[in-house]
Amino acid sequence: MNNVLHLAYLVPLFPLLGFLINGLGRKSLPKSLIGIIGSGTVLASFVVSVWIFFQVKGGNTYVANYFDFISAGKLSIPFAFQIDQLSSLFLLIITGVGFLIHVYSTSYMHEEKPEHYGRYFAYLNLFVFSMLLLVMGANYVVMFIGWEGVGLCSYLLIGFWFKKTEYNKAANKAFIMNRIGDLAFLIAIFWLVWRLDSVSYGDVFANVSKLSNTDIIAITLLLFVGATGKSAQIPLYTWLPDAMAGPTPVSALIHAATMVTAGIYMIARSNILYSLAPLTLNVIAIIGIATALLAASIALKQNDIKKVLAYSTVSQLGYMFLALGTGSYVAAVFHVMTHAFFKALLFLGSGSVIHAMGGEQDIRKMGGLSKYMKITNITFLIGCLAIAGIPGLSGFFSKDEILAGAFGKSPVLYAVGLFTALLTAFYMFRLYATTFRGSFRGTHEQEHHLHESPAAITIPLIILAILSVIGGYVGVPEFLAHGAHSLNTFLQPIFAASQPHLPVHEVSHSTEWVLTGVSTALILIVVIFAWTRFSKKPDTEEATGFGKVLANKWYVDELYDAAVVRPLHKLGGFLDNMLEKPVIDGVVNGVGKLVNYGSRQLRLLQSGQVGSYVLLMVLGMLVIFVVQFFLRK
Amino acid sequence: MPINYYIFLAIALFCIGVVGVLTRRNAIIIFMCVELMLNAVNLLLVAFSKMHHAVPGAAANAGTDGQLFVFFIMVVAAAEVSVGLAIIVMMYRNIHSVDVNFLNRLKH
Amino acid sequence: MIAVLLILIPLLTGLAAFFFRNEKAVRSWALFSSVATLAVSLLGLTVFKDAKYLFHECEWMQGLGSSFAVGLDGMGQVLCLLTAVAYPIIFLSTWNSSYKRAHNFFALMLLAQAGLMGVFLAMDALLFYFFWELALIPVYFLCSQWGGERRIQVTFKFFVYTFLGSVLMLIGILYVYSHTADQSFAISSFYKADLPYNSQSWLFWLFFIAFAIKMPIFPFHTWQPDTYEQSPTATTMVLSGIMVKMGVLGLLRWLLPVLPIASYSYGDTVSRLAIIGMIYASLIAIRQDDMKRLIAYSSIAHIGLMCLTIFSENKIGFQGVMIQMFNHGVNIIGLWIMVELIERQFGTRKLSELGGLAQKAPTMAIFFVIIALANIALPLTNAFVGEFLMFTGVFTSTVTKYNILFTVLAATCIIFAAVYTLNMVRKIFYGEANALTANAKDISLNEKLALGVIVILICWMGVYPKPMLDLTNDISDSILKISDVHHLLKK
Repeated sequence: MNNVLHLAYLVPLFPLLGFLINGLGRKSLPKSLIGIIGSGTVLASFVVSVWIFFQVKGGNTYVANYFDFISAGKLSIPFAFQIDQLSSLFLLIITGVGFLIHVYSTSYMHEEKPEHYGRYFAYLNLFVFSMLLLVMGANYVVMFIGWEGVGLCSYLLIGFWFKKTEYNKAANKAFIMNRIGDLAFLIAIFWLVWRLDSVSYGDVFANVSKLSNTDIIAITLLLFVGATGKSAQIPLYTWLPDAMAGPTPVSALIHAATMVTAGIYMIARSNILYSLAPLTLNVIAIIGIATALLAASIALKQNDIKKVLAYSTVSQLGYMFLALGTGSYVAAVFHVMTHAFFKALLFLGSGSVIHAMGGEQDIRKMGGLSKYMKITNITFLIGCLAIAGIPGLSGFFSKDEILAGAFGKSPVLYAVGLFTALLTAFYMFRLYATTFRGSFRGTHEQEHHLHESPAAITIPLIILAILSVIGGYVGVPEFLAHGAHSLNTFLQPIFAASQPHLPVHEVSHSTEWVLTGVSTALILIVVIFAWTRFSKKPDTEEATGFGKVLANKWYVDELYDAAVVRPLHKLGGFLDNMLEKPVIDGVVNGVGKLVNYGSRQLRLLQSGQVGSYVLLMVLGMLVIFVVQFFLRK
Repeated sequence: MPINYYIFLAIALFCIGVVGVLTRRNAIIIFMCVELMLNAVNLLLVAFSKMHHAVPGAAANAGTDGQLFVFFIMVVAAAEVSVGLAIIVMMYRNIHSVDVNFLNRLKH
Repeated sequence: MIAVLLILIPLLTGLAAFFFRNEKAVRSWALFSSVATLAVSLLGLTVFKDAKYLFHECEWMQGLGSSFAVGLDGMGQVLCLLTAVAYPIIFLSTWNSSYKRAHNFFALMLLAQAGLMGVFLAMDALLFYFFWELALIPVYFLCSQWGGERRIQVTFKFFVYTFLGSVLMLIGILYVYSHTADQSFAISSFYKADLPYNSQSWLFWLFFIAFAIKMPIFPFHTWQPDTYEQSPTATTMVLSGIMVKMGVLGLLRWLLPVLPIASYSYGDTVSRLAIIGMIYASLIAIRQDDMKRLIAYSSIAHIGLMCLTIFSENKIGFQGVMIQMFNHGVNIIGLWIMVELIERQFGTRKLSELGGLAQKAPTMAIFFVIIALANIALPLTNAFVGEFLMFTGVFTSTVTKYNILFTVLAATCIIFAAVYTLNMVRKIFYGEANALTANAKDISLNEKLALGVIVILICWMGVYPKPMLDLTNDISDSILKISDVHHLLKK
């Protein structure tokens, strides 16, 4: 109680209040006030988060117990928050980037009716609240509350424009795919309760020695399946691109600051368990790299500006999982942070473009926008450079660290990772060049309307652009400057316990120089190639051959539909029509009918003929006689 | 006289009664056959009563209960005759027949 | 005293209600009566929680060894509270529906409440059976008099089906009675009855089938969707919100502790049935177009989980089942209120004919979404706490070696629940409004009040379930202790 960090509850409390005020007052409050409340509460959380960050940096970590959430039998789950290095860092990212997105939204959503405007900000605040619960929880159940909470908010926000059935279907899909992952997460929690009678991080991590090998592998794999749902990895990634149905700032929020990073957070949080399960780490690395490659290949042929960014998110998340799988937890968290900056920047930039184009999202109908939107153009370019991994920008540092870690584990992982990085550079600059370079290809009316967005949109872009440039300098690799990786030092206490369990892959500084040099050179070549090619002749034809497969996302959605969705639907119909009604209910009704039929037959005996009654009586007596005297022993 | 003779006679009477009830449709004849069966039983009861009494060293009242039953049956039979004949008379008045096969109204 | 009042108030007010002639008056009378019952139930939870207030016993049929023994243990408290909370909500939410011969309707509703209370309170097997039947009869008349077009055949089936179960149970009760040491129907004598394994094994099925029909458990469930569909919605709320809990309570109070060995040895069989039923009902629910049938199948799936948990025999699970009984009742009554609102306004329950209501009736949409989320057990709603504990109970079960498999299979229903519930929300509220829903009106004040209470209960029980969990602590322990097989087998 005496610890100042007990006040940490303020961080999620502000957005919760914002949610309640905006949600209940959405019809009566004026739009400006709604915007101020929505953004202000997140700003307040950000301020508290900064204060918490410095507390933690000063060495103060704390578990704050608030009340008993569930206590039954031996199991006691407190509603508790854990404030340490990892959570404080995530708090900064969530509230900081979240705040910028809120500010941006005040302008972007301005054309909505007041009622929907209020609803939008209420959802947005709830989203931030859930994400804060997720990272602040001191046990897996509180994490799970946030975990499902973000799933719910993404459902509400993806289906925000609820008149369009397609959007609602996308929202349902997001929720249900997340639920599949959540199910695995839940089972992992049950497993922990089964073995350890506790779900608190402190208890679990202190007692890992009580878990058998099978337990650890099962728990870590189940948690990872949970992560694949939330963080959009193979096989549960298909909801994320569909989630583009929501308003663009929501996409930024889902993709950058919240939700998809949950899986990374969870595995980084449970790093001790994972370090003891090398098998799971290998699975994670393979799934991660496969997702990175698959999503990057799909992004090559997408023509919707947001879809390209969506697949790039999936791909970058793959990188993060690759980092986790190779045991470079710091690199994963680092990439989460830099990715939050440049992906938020890119999404908000694309929102600015869509705003200017009057809702058009097809990049084939854009082009030459750099002339009309200077700030958006420059900031978007910075975002592209950062994600491509151009030296000096944030993406370079984090991606380089991941690739170095991958090389240490296996050169094959490195090679595929590098290839994916080249693909990333290619599709990002295809996107950039097609959108901002060349000549405008839209209608005259659109051209007439083109304009730079207002300050509420451009200022967040500028701030995010600055962060995308400098964000990497908290993690300058060892071979460039000794001891400059301040993030590593900061997070050291979180991952210290798992260090002894991880195999050490020393990569010499000279090798790192070579690797970095090669990758940088290749990426630069690809960037220049893509820029010049698509500025001159944008890729406007329908894709054919292999390109068509990519444009149709490897037909994975169709595959899932045919392999899972429709069979289950058919099975439901079969059970209802072929089993429920004729068989089970048939048996029940059949019993009734049988009784009815039987009594109708028996009734025929009552003929009313005295003679037949007497005959029966005599026969009955005879039978009794025979039984009595001859058959009984 | 050995008891067997009584038994055979009683069985014969009883069977005649049963067959009569089963085959005839005239209520009066059926009625008489029922009486025949009752009396077959009466005969049997008396015969066994006598047999028990005749056993050497038997108690003075041995077998008297059998004869008592016979009286009961006779009383009941007499009552039955009066009620039964009354029914038959009513039946004849109503349907001008004593054929029992006409008496199947309860079926409907 | 409290226990007797809980039965007497609805019984007497119910009988009195037959003599009302004015619909408005009888409506108010019923509401008044239900609020009084609620007050008594709350008093029993707060002020008069000593055993001397909660338990009552007096002579009834002494020669038979049966007495009028009623009492409120933790489970009874939970269920009586549910019944007491549910009735005012039901009366409030159906305030605007009019019924023919309203005095009879409300009288029967109240009599059903008396019967339900009796079932939850009875501490004597014969009394339990008596109330079990007493609850059934008014409900039968309610369904057959005020139901839909196919009501006669459907309620006939419902009645005969459940009555068959009751009779089987009666045979079981009489057999156990004849084997008690002191020839008594008292629950304590039943718990001590000396029953060898082979008689337990057939007795088990007599009791189980009775309870399984009531709950219902696959494959004894076919009366349920039809009955829910055809009954007037107020009765459906009683049936699904409260009456199915009679079966669950029966399993916990009258089956597990009375026949522990058979419960242990048939546990896996019953668990399999429950799991098959859960998946089966979930899959069918996905295909339903009628809201009532969808909710009915969803309820079958949820009840199946309770049955599965009960036969995993551990404390976490028992506590989960007990609070889930309350939560399920609250949630499903909320859903039925929505059905009633929609049906009264548009005259249809078909999902395919509705759509776009969120634009026209936003308040209704918000309430519906919250209740729907509770139905899929989202964290911070009440059902999450219950389902979490139940699944934990199944997973940590020591009486079966298939605990992991059972949990995984049963937990797939979480996903299915999301599928059918969200689809229902989507089809009713989202999309463009059609000709039918274009002129929709939002909900009225009394409905807001009823739904508000439900939403408050959902959130409260979801965020701070501790009071309810504490209530179920002791009774779970004692049930577990009596039905602990390892201890018995050693003997």
